Amino acid sequence: MSAPEVNDNNLMRIKTKVVSQPKLNTWQMLYLPELVRGFWITSWHFTRNMFFHVLHAVGLCNDVSAAVTVSYPEEKRATSPRLRTRHRLMQRPDGSTRCVACMMCETICPARCIYIVAEEHPDPNVEKRPASFNIDLGKCVYCGYCAEVCPEDAIRMDTQIQETSAYSREEMMLDMKELLDPRPDYSRKNLGKKGSVAMEPPKAAK
Amino acid sequence: MSFVISSVLGVIMLVSVLSLAAFHTWLERKQSAVIQDRIGANRAWIVLPWKWAAPVNWILGPINRLGLFHTIADAIKMFMKEDYIPPFGDRFLHTLAPTLSLTFALVGFAAIPFGDMLMIQGREYSLQVAPVNVALLYIFAMMSMGVYGVVLAGFSSNSNYSFLGGMRAASQMLAYEITLGATIVGIVLVYGSLDLQEVVRRQGQLIGGWIPMWGAVTQPLGLLLFMAAGFAETKRAPFDLPEGESEIVGYFTEYSSMKFGMFFFADFIETIMIACLVTTLFFGGWQIPYLLRDGFHFPWGAVVHIPYLWVGILGVLAFSAKMLFFCVFFMTVRWTFPRFRYDQLMDLGWKVIFPLAILNIFVTAVVLLWWR
Repeated sequence: MSAPEVNDNNLMRIKTKVVSQPKLNTWQMLYLPELVRGFWITSWHFTRNMFFHVLHAVGLCNDVSAAVTVSYPEEKRATSPRLRTRHRLMQRPDGSTRCVACMMCETICPARCIYIVAEEHPDPNVEKRPASFNIDLGKCVYCGYCAEVCPEDAIRMDTQIQETSAYSREEMMLDMKELLDPRPDYSRKNLGKKGSVAMEPPKAAK
Repeated sequence: MSFVISSVLGVIMLVSVLSLAAFHTWLERKQSAVIQDRIGANRAWIVLPWKWAAPVNWILGPINRLGLFHTIADAIKMFMKEDYIPPFGDRFLHTLAPTLSLTFALVGFAAIPFGDMLMIQGREYSLQVAPVNVALLYIFAMMSMGVYGVVLAGFSSNSNYSFLGGMRAASQMLAYEITLGATIVGIVLVYGSLDLQEVVRRQGQLIGGWIPMWGAVTQPLGLLLFMAAGFAETKRAPFDLPEGESEIVGYFTEYSSMKFGMFFFADFIETIMIACLVTTLFFGGWQIPYLLRDGFHFPWGAVVHIPYLWVGILGVLAFSAKMLFFCVFFMTVRWTFPRFRYDQLMDLGWKVIFPLAILNIFVTAVVLLWWR
């Protein structure tokens, strides 16, 4: 039984496709007809869009769009449900977090943006729970490892919130309260309010 | 009295040209947006927070939604920005350059006739700020002075980019100014006058009783060449190499704040100037086909009498409408055609447009000789 032969030549050969520049014919060289053609395109777009803009202004034909613009903060484009967006912590029926503070996510996180402090859970059937669970969005690379590695399905990245902006690094920090109940304008609501974040990240050991 | 009339006309002209130029910034944004399937700038809103101001807000609503306040926001931005003069540049010339550009762009409008005669107390006044009999020469003289602003801006900034931009602009403007002048010779031959009011009046004649003798009819090639050279002269796309905003910048690299705004404004004003000239020279200025001093005289014999004052007002309206049409047309050109390469620009100027302009003069002269 022989292994399939690997042909170095075939692997290394760069396939090239020669695209020849089209020669202009006399009609195109005249320039003027082509000018008229270009003018026709822009004028048609202008007339068509203007027509629908005017119709929209009087409340007609609202299902035909006159522009491809999405007026961003007010309107948003639909995102795929698979898209990895801001994290959230799943809840038990009683509203407490499902997280058992196993530190899997904190361990696997390549950006080291998750900070968990564990404590004893009052229920003897559950071993631990997080005393605090912070995610630094300023560091997060949205790789989704935390959600994949979680044995309890306690963390998911499906909030469809993509806005991560704040006026300071502290505001980029999500605490457990925020993670259990994600709000899109988290940082803006907390603007100027100091101490909104439950815990500072632990300092790196020297 | 005549002094008062010209002052009033001057103020009217200045205010309307400046406000039209400000309006141009809005028009440019919105038109390009509509052409490119976008919405355009519409976020500069003024909304009064009080309850009693609801009617005011209702009036402001459409202005807000159309984004008209962006012109004001722009002006405020321009004035608030830091005005920086490069440390080794020439302070005086650096300040003088935009002023020159704007001034020479504006003064040309004095000789544009925007209406027929105005009768006040038995005396007739031409609706033209300065009724000079060499209006055409005057306008072209002022337009060619505009190149000084550009060259000085490049020279005084002490920056290689500015300097090269200034040089590019200067050689382009000189090249196309010659063509611009040469295309005008055809018009002067046909209408036999340098007085723009006279040129417009003679365009009111009819060829064969039906077709108005507009410049576009008598000088179709001249019109094409004039517009091409006009775009190049005003440094607008597809000839915007001196600026090349998106990549090569140009003579105003070192300008900021309102001084940059003045160059920007001068650009729009020059575009309006070219629109005015195209209207005046090739599309009958304030003429409306078949409209004489006492009303419409249609070629099929019908006559509609109109009061004298209304004829004058209609003339001014016709001029404004034509001029606005060309402003929009020039903008569409800008958003349609890609920029030329510099050697293509020079080739087009010296090897195509200029010889064609000479040919146009020659043919016009021969045809005129033949007919007379």
